[in-house]
Amino acid sequence: MMIEAKNINFYYGNFHALKGINIAIPANTVTALIGPSGCGKSTFLRLFNRMNDTIENAKLTGECLVNGQNIYDKTVQVDALRKNVGMVFQKPNPFPKSIYENVAYGLKVNGVSDKKYIAERVEQSLVAAALWDEVKDKLHQSAFALSGGQQQRLCIARALAISPSVLLMDEPASALDPISTSKIEELIHGLKEKYTIVIVTHNMQQAARVSDKTGFFMYGELIEYSDTKKMFLNPENIQTQNYITGRFG
Amino acid sequence: MKHTELEIQELKIQVKQMWNLVIAQLSKTKIALLENNTALALEVISQEKRVNAYELKIESDCENYIALYSPVAVDLRLALSLIKVSNTLERIGDFAEGIARHTISQECKTIDVKIIEDLGIEKMIDIVLEMLLDGYIAFETENTKLTEKIMSLDIQVDELYKNGFYILAEYIKENPLETMCALRLIIILRKVERIGDHCNNIIEDIVFYVDAEVLKHNNKTSLK
Repeated sequence: MMIEAKNINFYYGNFHALKGINIAIPANTVTALIGPSGCGKSTFLRLFNRMNDTIENAKLTGECLVNGQNIYDKTVQVDALRKNVGMVFQKPNPFPKSIYENVAYGLKVNGVSDKKYIAERVEQSLVAAALWDEVKDKLHQSAFALSGGQQQRLCIARALAISPSVLLMDEPASALDPISTSKIEELIHGLKEKYTIVIVTHNMQQAARVSDKTGFFMYGELIEYSDTKKMFLNPENIQTQNYITGRFG
Repeated sequence: MKHTELEIQELKIQVKQMWNLVIAQLSKTKIALLENNTALALEVISQEKRVNAYELKIESDCENYIALYSPVAVDLRLALSLIKVSNTLERIGDFAEGIARHTISQECKTIDVKIIEDLGIEKMIDIVLEMLLDGYIAFETENTKLTEKIMSLDIQVDELYKNGFYILAEYIKENPLETMCALRLIIILRKVERIGDHCNNIIEDIVFYVDAEVLKHNNKTSLK
């Protein structure tokens, strides 16, 4: 398994945000996490590149494993972890730099100075993010000149440049129009050949379209985790059924 | 091509494979019946399982497609049509198998060649085969211009079926010892006539998919 959670409990102060989560996510799959607002799915996603570390009064128990290693082990360096576990956020967040520099940034801060290698990685990453054809003639223009959908694919290219094995995506298409959303979904579908992808989404149709496995969270609990086909055709839990059919609440 | 489009293309390929199998089943049934070919009849009977398997697989894949991709407009119409067409093809496969079983019946080992000619069974089966093939072409090309032709062929099949009744009634009067064979021939005629009806249903489903028009229960003569 590429990603495993073993009896994860997470607290924001006294608030018990994640309750005894156990999950095993295979490599080279897309896993969608769905559930109502405040159910804990984003909190859970952010655990896997330690984005919750700096939150005051937060407490974690249990084990988060990536490739068999507990990423909360004292020997694990957060910088090294984030090279292996990339993250893409809801709102595209390019740096105030050129398109080229955005993608090259991660390599440079990790000490890569070989210009030829950097140029190759920039091109490979933009190709992988399905953006190369649209930007190859304007690599040195500002990233802010791109559309929202292009900026999001740029952020994905930036994450891919440092060759992670896991890509975490928190609502990566929720701020985008349907055409850009479709491009991101197609991209996610293609990327699973090389990466293990976990995506949080409020859009159930998107979860169904792009993922191999789906986890349904509610009130901090993982109610059901199964193959997406099964989840959307014949869920085991009545709460899952009520949520995906819109009867929830 | 997007992965959602690839999924629906794969479904269409499966339906076309099933269609070809059913055409082959019916063609073999015709030869088995006309040439009293037991081996070919047994082959049709054994192949019926494959037709059934296609139906189950296509239904399941269409369910998954609808559940996962929430298709709308032409994609939704196509998914619904694929389910119906595969159900109908399975029924046609059943009829072909049924005719093959009558062909090897022990109660009527040799059917009078002349009565088969008089009934025009070969012509009836040729017509429904043509309807089945035209339906395939309409589906393959997403073109419904063959609709009127298919529906008029069904009328020809219906007329041959009705005439066959009178011919068989006379035949039984003149050859009372052949009553069992004659009854079997009525059943075969009925099955071929039903295949014609099902080919009609298929083209209606294709019209629904391609043109978003509902022809069901409309007067056939009202077609443009």
